[in-house]
Amino acid sequence: MIVGEQKPLDEIMQLLGDARKVLLVGCGTCVTVCFAGGEKEVGILASALRMKSKLDGHPMAVDEVTVQRQCEWEYIDPLGERLADYDVVVSLACGIGVQAMNERFPDKITLPGINTTSLSLPVEQGVWEERCQACGECVLGVTYGICPIARCSKQLLNGPCGGSQGGVCEINPDVPCAWQLIWERATALGQLDRLLTVQAPKDWSRSRDGGPRKIVREDLQLAERQ
Amino acid sequence: MTDERGNGYKSGSRLERVLRAGHFAVTGELGPPQSADPDEIRHKAQLLKGITDGVNITDNQTAIVRMSSIGAGVLAIEEGLEPVVQMTCRDRNRLAMQSDLLAAFALGMRNLLCLTGDHQSFGNHPTAKNVHDLDSVQLICMMKDMRDEGRFQNGEEIKGAVPRFFIGAAINPFADPFDFRPYRLAKKVAAGADFVQTQLIYDIPRFREFMQRVVEMGLHEKVDILAGVGPLKSAGMARYMRDKVPGMIVRDEYVDRMSAAIAEIPKEEKQARQQAFREEGIKICVEQIQEIREIEGVAGVHIMAIEWEEAVRPIAEGAGLLPRPSV
Repeated sequence: MIVGEQKPLDEIMQLLGDARKVLLVGCGTCVTVCFAGGEKEVGILASALRMKSKLDGHPMAVDEVTVQRQCEWEYIDPLGERLADYDVVVSLACGIGVQAMNERFPDKITLPGINTTSLSLPVEQGVWEERCQACGECVLGVTYGICPIARCSKQLLNGPCGGSQGGVCEINPDVPCAWQLIWERATALGQLDRLLTVQAPKDWSRSRDGGPRKIVREDLQLAERQ
Repeated sequence: MTDERGNGYKSGSRLERVLRAGHFAVTGELGPPQSADPDEIRHKAQLLKGITDGVNITDNQTAIVRMSSIGAGVLAIEEGLEPVVQMTCRDRNRLAMQSDLLAAFALGMRNLLCLTGDHQSFGNHPTAKNVHDLDSVQLICMMKDMRDEGRFQNGEEIKGAVPRFFIGAAINPFADPFDFRPYRLAKKVAAGADFVQTQLIYDIPRFREFMQRVVEMGLHEKVDILAGVGPLKSAGMARYMRDKVPGMIVRDEYVDRMSAAIAEIPKEEKQARQQAFREEGIKICVEQIQEIREIEGVAGVHIMAIEWEEAVRPIAEGAGLLPRPSV
């Protein structure tokens, strides 16, 4: 899932500047599940902003709404009529939601309330670990199902490097060495062959490096849009 | 190149001294080879020696792997040229940039041009990662802080010799959004650019309009602006740049003049046609320099004769830019 974390309150206050009427817009999908920008977090942030602005001597009126998915037009379109009442909107969705709001409602500035951090797996309650970097050319088929692009700090395709010690990465003992994991998985399966193959340089043009990516599925497009 | 510290110069490069003395500056361009052959640099350097105040050494130009700009710069210095080392943000992060800046200064280079860099999809390694850890404006800031504050990008003090470059940047008056371009120049000036070179100019009215705005904003008093020019090689090249190259404007008059240059020469006489093209290309370039020189705020000219370094001398001569002043 897409995972995020709320921005520090001071940063949000600074972004808001002189705004006096603020609408917080949560999202009911990924950021609800990772407890960063759902209905509950919108409520907590709204209270915090009201208190902080009051303490600062310039009280803000803060309203709350949460839509099911901020990254789809049909869910955000109904917000249109309400926005005129506000100086500014703060979205607690991922970066896609924030931009969807700004694109759909160009007359109103929508600010980000969270930092979108990663495509992660909730490995246990309250813990999310990065698993995918959306690199555009999946290598999991040759790395025994463990992604070195997302999980190796150097994105090695022919790892591990010399900094792997005791199963952890040199950058931080909390980070498992992806190549240790790959090695363990491969040996457990008795399939070392792929590890012994020299992996050629990756085609990064299919990742962010190649420029913004876009998928067009003509089979799915509606006739009038073609 | 001597160290001119303490005399009011930022780097003491020839280019800086020429500009400070109020002379109309001339820079050229030298593209390193796609090989390890030093003689290509030496040969091109001889063609440019004595006719320019500094020579840009390109950095993996158009995202094609070539000898490094700093390495080629060493060879250029040996041949008596003053390099303007180009550095793009595409291939290096801030660590590599700073270590290269230290090396470039230690090896005698004094001018450095900060560029974003062409996207690798245009070059010969389109599947490469790009870096863009810093952008060109941030690179300018970093170099200025290294020079003027004696600090690395992380704020740590540089203990010992500080790299003191005359800091350059590029500007494109022809790309969109047109009205934003003077502000982007202002940003590079605020970041610390000492001089800028423009994209190739084949639309003087548009350049004049840009410069008018630049002068209104007072930017010409804070930065030396070198107008980019280059000789057209053929009508086909003019058309290609007009129709296909993003961020370039080529007025039809130039395409027409290039076409007219060979109108009387039969197709089979390839050499004669080439000769006619080249003469007309140089002639247009000379006229452009004379016209551009009259525009307020222009401090010099950057002559880009890519893979045609032989053209720079007749252009500089024709435009009355030789001999170069001694400073």
